[in-house]
Amino acid sequence: MSMIENNKELQVAAIENGTVIDHIPPHQLFKVAALLELDKMKNNTITIANNLPSNKFGSKGMIKISDKFFDDTEINRIALVAPNVILNVIRNYEVVEKKQVSLPDEIVGLVKCNNPKCITNNEPMQTRFEVVDREAGTLKCHYCERKVKKDDIVIE
Amino acid sequence: MKSKSLVSIEQCTKEDILRILDNARKFEENPNRKLLEGKVAATLFFEPSTRTRLSFETAVNRLGGRVIGFQDASTTSSSKGETLKDTILMVSNYVDLIIMRHYLEGAARYASEVTNIPIINAGDGANQHPSQTMLDLYSIRKTQGKLEDLTITMVGDLKYGRTVHSLIVGMSHFNPTFHFVAPDELKMPDEQKNFCDQHGIKYYEHSDFTEDIINQSDILYMTRVQRERFTDLEEYERVKNVYILKNSMLEGSRDNLRILHPLPRVNEIAYDVDDNPKAYYIQQARNGLFARQAIICEVLGIEI
Repeated sequence: MSMIENNKELQVAAIENGTVIDHIPPHQLFKVAALLELDKMKNNTITIANNLPSNKFGSKGMIKISDKFFDDTEINRIALVAPNVILNVIRNYEVVEKKQVSLPDEIVGLVKCNNPKCITNNEPMQTRFEVVDREAGTLKCHYCERKVKKDDIVIE
Repeated sequence: MKSKSLVSIEQCTKEDILRILDNARKFEENPNRKLLEGKVAATLFFEPSTRTRLSFETAVNRLGGRVIGFQDASTTSSSKGETLKDTILMVSNYVDLIIMRHYLEGAARYASEVTNIPIINAGDGANQHPSQTMLDLYSIRKTQGKLEDLTITMVGDLKYGRTVHSLIVGMSHFNPTFHFVAPDELKMPDEQKNFCDQHGIKYYEHSDFTEDIINQSDILYMTRVQRERFTDLEEYERVKNVYILKNSMLEGSRDNLRILHPLPRVNEIAYDVDDNPKAYYIQQARNGLFARQAIICEVLGIEI
């Protein structure tokens, strides 16, 4: 994509400073919004677009958040549901950095364990999962040792 | 060991296992050693398990320590809604060691993270029960004179049986060959078979329990096929008598064959096997005392 086209696209709701999350699979868009806790942001302008045409994936979702820069632990959460998203860091209307998300080795306090007999579902405590298969997106509960496949992941 | 708590057999290296088994042998020679003099252990049994509790409490008593605890959570604050964390922290004020059994999976690991007092997991739901594995390993080593290069046949419920899953992990350091004998509904799960593949462990699966398999075995590890595990009760009726060991099936077995069972047994070992010198399940339970004495000393860092 040339810079001119790129600018044209961003003109829709160009932000001066902030983050543009691109290439979100449309069915995961609202999960991504929940993972980033967008509902708790009071002072940022947020634009959410979905089912936009995408050369790569057919259609895609996009989220633009002004004056918000995520740290790696925050953005890596997204990798659980949308491993191919691109984060564009915008400063003064320019894309100054493009980041890809990657699944961390351990996920703390985000995913719910699917085992009703797991201690984490019966005690006020944070869950902890080890990422045992990065490609398949398989997690293993640190406590009850039950494995969770990517499609069965439930966000707390 | 990586941690001073024993939560899972997976945390034990080969050296850890051998050291604990060596110490267990010393306790078999003389179980009464005043190594816990002045120390107090808690046995917190959030679900009842008489056999395991008596074995641990005997272990502490024979080591000269004292025991506090409960055998049923219905009489404790957890029935009033107290968190496990609070119960563990409260008890940690009083004791040098906590031995706990819980119906929730992961409870022991969580407990080991909230307190500095060593935790011994005496069973957490269907998850882990490392002292059972240690006594199984002790029984195998004692009856065979070694742990290396043995052929172990596991029979019955291999899907849900945590003892067989943990035994695979415990034996993985010693080049075993496994035969897995189970009905289709209760086959060994892929996770355990993948573990064997990754560790270069040979295994063979069978749905028939035959003398031919028994005759190749050094250890026959029987487990219970439980009715409630079946979704198809017709299937249960069809297989319930297939995985029963009868004395006549042992005629061509190796001299060194020994029959183990984590107990309680229901009908999967016929009573006529009990008098066969190859039946070892009652002595196996006795070995639990020595294995648990060794585990207690291990987590407390006591040299024997």
